Amino acid sequence: MAGYTETKLTLHGCSIHVIRGGSGAPLVYLHGSGGGGLWLPWMEDLAQRFSVVVPEHPGFGRSDTPEWLDGIHDVALFYLEFLAAENLTGVHLMGGSLGGWIAAEMAMLDASRLKTLTLIGPAGVHVPGVRKPDFFLWSAEEMARRLFHDKAMGEEAAKRAVDPAGGDVRMKNIYTVARLAWHPRFYDPLLMKWLKRIKLPTLVVWGRDDQVLPAALARGFAERLPQAEIEIVPDCGHLPQLEKKDVFVERVTRFIAGSGR
Amino acid sequence: MKFFFFHLMPYADLDPDYDKTYATDWLLYPNSNYDPQKGAELYNRYLDEIEYADALGFDGVCVNEHHQTAYGLMPTPGVLAGALSRRTKTVKIAVLGRALPLLNNPLTVAEEYAILDNITRGRLVAGFVRGIGVEYHASGVNPTESHDRFHEAHDLILRAWTQPGPFPFEGKYYHFDYVNVWPRPYQQPHPPVWIPSQGSSETIRWASAKERRYVYLQTFSPVTALFRYMDLYREEARKSGYEASSDQLGWSITTYVAKTDDEALKEARPHIEFFVNKFLRMPMEMLLPPGYLSLSSMKGVAAAKASLGRKRTMEELIENGQFICGSPETVRRRLAEYQDRAGFNLLLPNLHFGTLPADLTRRNTELFAREVMPALRERLPTGAREKART
Repeated sequence: MAGYTETKLTLHGCSIHVIRGGSGAPLVYLHGSGGGGLWLPWMEDLAQRFSVVVPEHPGFGRSDTPEWLDGIHDVALFYLEFLAAENLTGVHLMGGSLGGWIAAEMAMLDASRLKTLTLIGPAGVHVPGVRKPDFFLWSAEEMARRLFHDKAMGEEAAKRAVDPAGGDVRMKNIYTVARLAWHPRFYDPLLMKWLKRIKLPTLVVWGRDDQVLPAALARGFAERLPQAEIEIVPDCGHLPQLEKKDVFVERVTRFIAGSGR
Repeated sequence: MKFFFFHLMPYADLDPDYDKTYATDWLLYPNSNYDPQKGAELYNRYLDEIEYADALGFDGVCVNEHHQTAYGLMPTPGVLAGALSRRTKTVKIAVLGRALPLLNNPLTVAEEYAILDNITRGRLVAGFVRGIGVEYHASGVNPTESHDRFHEAHDLILRAWTQPGPFPFEGKYYHFDYVNVWPRPYQQPHPPVWIPSQGSSETIRWASAKERRYVYLQTFSPVTALFRYMDLYREEARKSGYEASSDQLGWSITTYVAKTDDEALKEARPHIEFFVNKFLRMPMEMLLPPGYLSLSSMKGVAAAKASLGRKRTMEELIENGQFICGSPETVRRRLAEYQDRAGFNLLLPNLHFGTLPADLTRRNTELFAREVMPALRERLPTGAREKART
């Protein structure tokens, strides 16, 4: 068993919460809009092969909300500084949803410490004509329900979403999401122009029934990253790593092995 | 007490059954439901109603700002104020908008207000607001930047009015190399500034500060909130080093007067209930987008607004002081009571509301002007609160 440890780290005046587990080549996972701070079963699986590092973003959960947090580039640059401070090289960078957007921004800006890039239902790109639902108009319950293809998983998540114990963190998280993604809504025109700079082996995983960021957005990445492998997971919503854990872990492991880790 | 006739200009032809299909008449309610023939009638009727308030001797009239909704048809209130500026002769004209954070160039407001102030030879009252939460959905402006953009835009406009141009303005959201607004305002150093709010403690603290002393207006909320926020204003003023005058405090209150209480209640009911249950209908996520309020305020407000979707009756609204309705005697008594308890000296009666038809609006306005205003005009809040020194 890999197990995990939780630590705090302060960088540029911002203390963040970091979970680490396993050993091997470094794999950094950036969480999505719903927040992080949890060591999940799929992380445990990957920790058998990798040294998994899971930070909680500035402005989320147990991490600080720094004064300088204005937009997505601030988070991407903060994490590039984080990789340097941790002296991590040959990093397998992975991000889901909002975290996928951050990961793509990092790879666009400076890929020197990165080995591979895995984007799971990532935000960051707009495809003309593909309309994203406006989940700032959804209740927390509705949001939770729409994360999953599987109805039972959705109901389970909806129950957790109204648990008063998590209320303060949920509010803090959604405030930061709005800060980063309100306008332009979940994309960055700069990233759209310069995504093509990324030469890393890239895997894009998308749930076919993603009701939060439609899988049709995968085209926006495929067009700009010809080397990317695109994996559309059937019977799956916005979170393949939760909803189709084994498929996801197998696919990611194969991708990383195939890119000469 | 001073009296400002306040009109919201709703699209009164709103289909009463729209809520069977739509959750709200804001933002997502299709504008194909706006009939320009009916709308043209309404605009002209409403402007007549406001102009009539001038003839009846109100101290002022107010226009309002909301976007993409049947609730109110004044997305650019300056146009309506412009129409009123030449037709009215004595009233002050208070523009109880401009939602500054929504603008990319707040100098357009400095210009617009200055023009109105010149045309009216100093009858303009300059309102500054953040806009309610739904405006951030409609405009795309980031609600988490709302407070900061508001303060910066305000500083820019006030400096544009008071500091000789051209000068540069260096802000985070607004940066101009040349601030040199023509015309300059007619009133010197600048028109009076009023800050309407539903009750944000940040806004109250800011408006009451010694260097600003802006008039604070409490809009549609129960009297318990009115009392609390007006106390907060006075308390903040005291902390800032001065005693606030009752002329710095105003209350916007929907009001209906008829010959008798019974008649008033009977006539007003369908229209006030249409107003709260149809026009004001809006889901929480629309009203309070993330970041619109500070995290601490949000926690309080979210609990308080939980009743938002519930149907409300006229009796409830009267009971909690969101509606004053009755004979002239009843209305006078209520207003005097609330004035004493809250300590305001500005009253902004909404004498049109919801679907109230033209004839009842006219009679309501006349009765208010003739039977309510005269008795209260010289009235000040009793107790320790003194009259304005300005």
